[in-house]
Amino acid sequence: MTLVSGWGRFPVVDSEVLRPRSFEAVGEAVVAGSVARGNGRAYGDAAIGAARTIGMTGFDRISSFDPATGRIRLEAGVLLADLIDTFGPRGFLPFVVPGTRFVTVGGAIAADVHGKNHHGEGGFGRYVDSILLRTGQGETIEVSRDRNSDAFFATVGGMGLTGVILEATMRLRPVETGWIRERVVSASDLDAAMRALDAGDSATYSVAWIDCVARGRDLGRSLIYLGEHARIDELAEGADRFPVGRNPGLAVPIDLPSMTLNRYSIRAFNELYYRMGARRAGSDHVVSLYPYFFPLDSIADWNRIYGRRGFLQHQCVIPEQRARGVIGEILERVSKRGDASFLAVLKKLGHGDGLMSFPLPGYTLALDFPVKGDILNFLDEIDSLVVAAGGRLYLAKDARQSRATFEAGYGALSRFNAIRKSLDPACNIRSKLSQRLFDEV
Amino acid sequence: MTSRKTVLVLGGSSDIGRAAARAFAKAGYNVGLAGRDAAALEPDAADLRARYNIEASTLKFDVLDTASFDGFVAGLPSLPDVVISIVGLLGVQQDAESDLAHATTIMRSNYEGPSLILGLFAEKFLTRGNGTVVGVSSVAGDRGRASNYVYGSAKAGFSAFLSGLRARCSRGGVHVVTVKPGFVRTRMTEGMKLIGPLTVDAPVVGDAILGAVERKTDVVYVSGIWRLVMLIIKTLPEAIFKKLKF
Repeated sequence: MTLVSGWGRFPVVDSEVLRPRSFEAVGEAVVAGSVARGNGRAYGDAAIGAARTIGMTGFDRISSFDPATGRIRLEAGVLLADLIDTFGPRGFLPFVVPGTRFVTVGGAIAADVHGKNHHGEGGFGRYVDSILLRTGQGETIEVSRDRNSDAFFATVGGMGLTGVILEATMRLRPVETGWIRERVVSASDLDAAMRALDAGDSATYSVAWIDCVARGRDLGRSLIYLGEHARIDELAEGADRFPVGRNPGLAVPIDLPSMTLNRYSIRAFNELYYRMGARRAGSDHVVSLYPYFFPLDSIADWNRIYGRRGFLQHQCVIPEQRARGVIGEILERVSKRGDASFLAVLKKLGHGDGLMSFPLPGYTLALDFPVKGDILNFLDEIDSLVVAAGGRLYLAKDARQSRATFEAGYGALSRFNAIRKSLDPACNIRSKLSQRLFDEV
Repeated sequence: MTSRKTVLVLGGSSDIGRAAARAFAKAGYNVGLAGRDAAALEPDAADLRARYNIEASTLKFDVLDTASFDGFVAGLPSLPDVVISIVGLLGVQQDAESDLAHATTIMRSNYEGPSLILGLFAEKFLTRGNGTVVGVSSVAGDRGRASNYVYGSAKAGFSAFLSGLRARCSRGGVHVVTVKPGFVRTRMTEGMKLIGPLTVDAPVVGDAILGAVERKTDVVYVSGIWRLVMLIIKTLPEAIFKKLKF
């Protein structure tokens, strides 16, 4: 057995880890209590098998690409970073990218990851046409919107619980350049931030970075980043059509003592961050896609910033009508506590595509907390606000929500479980997350 | 398309073989992937075509079947610009100590086969007047160690062969590269305890091979620190070395 954890390094649990080399071997690897794992960027326990974890990063082949349509067929272990580096210079990017490019295609489908364009363009699964799935009872089936459509919509956002995703066919977005035309809007409080996001509905990309130690009148003060794909004629003279994506250079070599992040250092950092951003506000400028989409990827192993005990990310979505009040309340409690992340991320989401996809029309707020003290109780309190507002938590980030919170948030659960049962009557595919939240055992 | 250079990768299904093929394809080479099971290489060839818009083909090649080498080379549609041998077998040292057949397979897989096939290509390249031969050897060949001297001795033989071949070919416009990767995270080393700072991923080796071919480097230690490590290991007096457990 091996000790395994997600990106948040909490919880750390025992699971056998296998790395099959062929699809046949994947099939043989599935025993009771197995789940597939991509590049380990899920924060909590979603990609850890109840008994066995099946590592999929070795499956990184692309079988076909049609430059006329952007359609691509590829194995589940291909990293988005690899797709971007390979097809970006050829004029194609994934339609949807999350905040890190070091996730696999299989993981992106399983979590139906969203990007800064979900409000207008939906999630990762919307651009997936079909999936080759190895079910828990040992069948290999192709699922799409037309064929085995129940299984398809359960697999998009299904956290790997419908089977092992082996291959997918999806569409890439044609782009003229690898640059983003960005506009920064500064918002002095939460109302202004939400108004700015609403006003940014027509922008392809929009996201707000909230200073979540700001209090009182400044509560929710933020910088809103709006973005569009830059055309060739918008690039600076002499700029390459496609910027070079550097591998993370600066690494966090050790676990920082938990002292490093305290209310003073965070407050100072945020003051600086806000002022520097506000100074850039208003005018458009062109930035490389890498810092725009993946600001944290430039620091390798940034999860070590939170120290050895790891950290928890709390990402909720609150339906539109209730969002202002609830998010205000959450931010107020967080700022009173004083040990939250430097920055919170706020953005608008649209309809989810998969049965268990996280997004629903409303606002999503993501916060990081180091694992210490009474944090679990505190997050339970936050959860009760989320549940009361008809919201839910993102499973790809979750490591600790209660079954009641989960069941209240995901109304399609019984339908999902019925589909799962039909694909895998013995319930062989099980993760630590499904044990915690789904399985009645 | 006809103006593209071509690279032939022997041992194309290995992790380093796949990585080298990708590095060369990305640089615009057409690629031939050779291995015991040509059909199994087809997904990798498709991957190269889809990614880099180059031509990729698969060929059957068995490094233990030396009698087939002449026919293999003669049967190629064209002589490649670069040929890389990544073929090798780590084997199990403890088994090889008593099982002569296993020891023989390790020796032939790492020395006899790779040397003969690269020698054959070098002859053809000399006749043509240009070409690059790349042999992936190992730091294990720099000094025999108690824990893997069957493999290491075969790699030592291969390194010596490449060194001699290089000296002979250098006047004929043919370049010979010896690659010593050190620890690489691959199928071969899966489950072994590797020392983090001394270990690289296969794509690093692939890029290093491409770089060595383009810059005409003779001997490449993929991670620079290995040159120092092996210098120290090579210069330890035998009286001390034989008492060390590694």
